[in-house]
Amino acid sequence: MGKPTRAWKLYVACFYLFLFAPLAVVAVFAFNAGQYPTPPWRGFTLEWFVGTGALFGRPGVLRDAPMLASLLASVKVALPVAGLAVALGTANAFLLERHDFPGKALLANVMLWPLVIPGVILGISILAFSSRVANGLEDMLDADLDFLRPGLPLVVAGQLSFILTISTLVISARLRRFDRSLEEAARDLGASAWRTLVTVTLPYLSPAMIGAGLVAFLMSFENFNTTLILVGSDPPLPVYMYGQMREGASPAINAVSLVLMLGTAAIATLFALVQRRAD
Amino acid sequence: MMRARGLAFWLLLLPPVLWLGLLVIVPHVEIAVLSFSERVGPRLYEFGFANYLEFLKEPLYWRTYARTAIMSVLVTAITLVVAFPVAFYIAKAAQGATKAVLFLLCLLPFWASELVRTLGWMILLRETGLVSALLQATGLAAGPVELLYNDGAVILGLVYGGLLFMVVPLVNALDSLDFSLVEAGFDLGGSRIDVLRRIVVPHAMPGIVAGSIVVFMLTVGNFVTPALLGGKNGLWFTEQIYAQFITRFNWPQGAAFGLLLLVLSSAIVWIGLRLTGQGFGETMRRG
Repeated sequence: MGKPTRAWKLYVACFYLFLFAPLAVVAVFAFNAGQYPTPPWRGFTLEWFVGTGALFGRPGVLRDAPMLASLLASVKVALPVAGLAVALGTANAFLLERHDFPGKALLANVMLWPLVIPGVILGISILAFSSRVANGLEDMLDADLDFLRPGLPLVVAGQLSFILTISTLVISARLRRFDRSLEEAARDLGASAWRTLVTVTLPYLSPAMIGAGLVAFLMSFENFNTTLILVGSDPPLPVYMYGQMREGASPAINAVSLVLMLGTAAIATLFALVQRRAD
Repeated sequence: MMRARGLAFWLLLLPPVLWLGLLVIVPHVEIAVLSFSERVGPRLYEFGFANYLEFLKEPLYWRTYARTAIMSVLVTAITLVVAFPVAFYIAKAAQGATKAVLFLLCLLPFWASELVRTLGWMILLRETGLVSALLQATGLAAGPVELLYNDGAVILGLVYGGLLFMVVPLVNALDSLDFSLVEAGFDLGGSRIDVLRRIVVPHAMPGIVAGSIVVFMLTVGNFVTPALLGGKNGLWFTEQIYAQFITRFNWPQGAAFGLLLLVLSSAIVWIGLRLTGQGFGETMRRG
């Protein structure tokens, strides 16, 4: 095998330093007892997490009402996105792996499109289309259709448009590896098609379904581009953070970032554990 | 063979048709139609090319477009060059547990939100930031240095954001490289450059293409990094789309911009696949 030279090893070491430096400074300066997340270091504090705002004029993340509201908005979006991504992704997997029909190759190809469309464009196209539908229907029905106007329901639709591709790919890949003789055995033993699905096939698929759900939740939670276009008056966390970051630096933003990183790490660990158990 | 289709088939067909129809295809037809409509009076629109002519007439628009395209190509190239030695190290030099750990460490930062990563770079690069402080402490700079709000910062941030999507397909491609081929290349008198150019790079080509396509796409469509690390000098085409749609409420103009960006992004994907004769599906699944 190749014997790496010293220069090569040094380069790889620098690469990893480069990779982790931004995350490390975000985490460290969340504990800085000063107005700004910059040197000099003014001592260690938890004020930016639990403080009341008496000390720095700005409350810690856990007492910051607009921040918590944006966190709640993110959860309100991510939960339905994850749920729908798993349910519809599983249905899509069965359609693609268990059925043959004219146009199937085309459908499978079109499903990949959302991955190559920039998020901002997915956002504006869904915004323009839903507004046209709303304008048309509201005149016809003489009623307000708020869910078709910028807001959280539209954000769910926008994020689902590409997250569904990911969940479909993940769940299809596992269904493809399923040994169908297990289903035949269940049927031979007298189980109905439905019972076979619930007691044999779905349990086999469950690690992929859980994994797809976790990934969908994370992708939804962290999505910015599509969300920015479709958001109404209650911004999810990334959009709120973006506004804060444009206004100026504060260790409070570092603190919420660290909370976000820890939450992400927890979900990623869960994901890794589920995958390991499946293999 | 096709059997008579039952209710289950039609029920399964419904969600993807609704999804791709109502959230992907029809909305894009909508912005295409919108982009060819011009305002002739209050709430009155006609078919026309005014939005595209406006794009060509206004230097800010087409320059931002060209700038986005050129910088994205540059970012993709730099990302490839930065990532290649690391991917090669992970695939061929590192072994056993080290290899797995190095690979995993590459993935970790990308679980963090794009905003968190960008925040990190802002703290490092701003005038009062860590790098400036280090430069002053070591005597390399006399006063505070502003490293933020220039093209270098934007490129740095975009390369950083693209690394994962380059390293992973490169490692996957290089993993299957038989090292005895490299040794044979050296035995036959090839220099390092020869071996790299004629053996390693051709073998890694599927990974290079997949990685470059994904990095280019993500870079062209990026919004946060140019806006926050470039500030007023960021000038990215996605911001123009946002400005037309949300700030100025000029949807036909914004739709034309959106379509132009989509054409740019799709064209590069298509050319990349054509040049190397690879399929769309397999490349996307690898990515």
